[in-house]
Amino acid sequence: MMNRDELRTALIEEITRIAPDLSAAEITDDASLRDDYDLDSMDSFNLASAIHKRLGVNIPETDFARLQSLAQLVAYLEKHPA
Amino acid sequence: MSDFLMPSLGADMDEAVLVEWQVKAGDTVHRGDVIAVVETAKGAIEVEVFEEGVVEELYVPVDTTVPVGSPIARLATQASVAPASQTPAEPETAPNASVEADRQLEPSTKPAVEVSVKTEKNDRITQTPTTTPERLKASPLARQRAAQSGQSLAGVTGSGPQGAILVGDLTSTAQQAPAAAEPKGEKSHAGFNPIEMRKAIAAAMARSKREIPHYYLATAVDMLAATRWLEAYNASQTPEKRLLMSALIFKAVANALRDFPEMNGYFQEGTYQPSPSVNLGIAINLRGAGLMTPALMDADKLDLAELMTKLQDLTRRARQGGLRSSEMTRGTITITALGERGADTVYGVIYPPQVAILGFGKVNSRPWAIGDMLAVRPVMQATLAADHRVSDGHRGGLFLDRINQTLQDPEQLNQPAHQEPES
Repeated sequence: MMNRDELRTALIEEITRIAPDLSAAEITDDASLRDDYDLDSMDSFNLASAIHKRLGVNIPETDFARLQSLAQLVAYLEKHPA
Repeated sequence: MSDFLMPSLGADMDEAVLVEWQVKAGDTVHRGDVIAVVETAKGAIEVEVFEEGVVEELYVPVDTTVPVGSPIARLATQASVAPASQTPAEPETAPNASVEADRQLEPSTKPAVEVSVKTEKNDRITQTPTTTPERLKASPLARQRAAQSGQSLAGVTGSGPQGAILVGDLTSTAQQAPAAAEPKGEKSHAGFNPIEMRKAIAAAMARSKREIPHYYLATAVDMLAATRWLEAYNASQTPEKRLLMSALIFKAVANALRDFPEMNGYFQEGTYQPSPSVNLGIAINLRGAGLMTPALMDADKLDLAELMTKLQDLTRRARQGGLRSSEMTRGTITITALGERGADTVYGVIYPPQVAILGFGKVNSRPWAIGDMLAVRPVMQATLAADHRVSDGHRGGLFLDRINQTLQDPEQLNQPAHQEPES
């Protein structure tokens, strides 16, 4: 199972793949992915799919809607490993 | 034999830079094949052919700016009697006609550029036979290209008349490797030009406001049924099989359009032609700046899962490159859905030669009267801007109401693809 840093790195890779104009360095733990990085509903859909494919974790939509930041995603994935 | 013309790339595009040939002289092409990649202010677009044939000559070298409607290649086709202007053998005449419409935008600049393209082509045709036997046979453009890249023409197999070396022969050898190694995403970034894109959007929207007598309607849609249905559907799906609310809304529009042909088609040269197919032009926000409205084809014939897959693919290609020329021009109506970060209400500007644009604001909790009681419901503002030359507010209102009613029965939306009543 991935540790916190590995999860963080994997998530940043997927986020920057979805939003190529973002650089890994500018994604901070607590910024809102939607409001600060302008991820729209299609981007969120793609991120949930990417997490499922890469980490094997199927985050229910109701949970995923509450996960607003990188830190929240990492914490959720630590609690809910594949 | 016919000339293949630079296709229309939409009302806001009148030229493009040819950046890559994907065929060379002698190649056989089929309907739907991508033969070239062009860059526009909105990024890289793949150019398709619409007939069977053999590529005889590529007229335009890589990195040339080509006006819409100019010949870029010669094809030997089975239906070789067809005049060049009818090259895309499509039942819908809109893409051709919109080329004409685009030409009217800048009548003063276009002919000069077109003449220069034709002159180059004629030079090549006349030069090849008069070339002396000692000299390697090669088109002027192939020579120029080879000189630029430091490539020797000796040893290159020519595919042109009498074995003349054409530009396509060069790119198929030494220059192919670096071009192919360049990732697609890079290309689209290279072509994307926010200033040019803004100019292009401005030109099309100014024309729309100048020529189209818009009327505007709005209606509030109770989204409780759709929201509940979507939550239940998505709860039983893996993330990649889930649906977005946009997919439900677009499907509701596509179904409603079958009964409102005056909203789905093209107004050109004083007459309105309804479209037999429902191709939804989807306004896709490009990260950074600007937007594109590529068409989601035959949306009425798709079920929700298919529509979602296509929407996902279209969004990805709009943002990363790889849209096709047909997708840039075949939209029969435009939809703009602002999503959760958007405003409550959006009043669209019609994308010519279309005659209607639908706007969907974000879903908000709002007080809502149910009988004599007051409830809080998720509510979405739906708007229509339509062309008064083609329809009026009465029909427009019925159209919006049909979309509203359709969204009240989401299960119905997920029925198998719509069948033609006649067949």
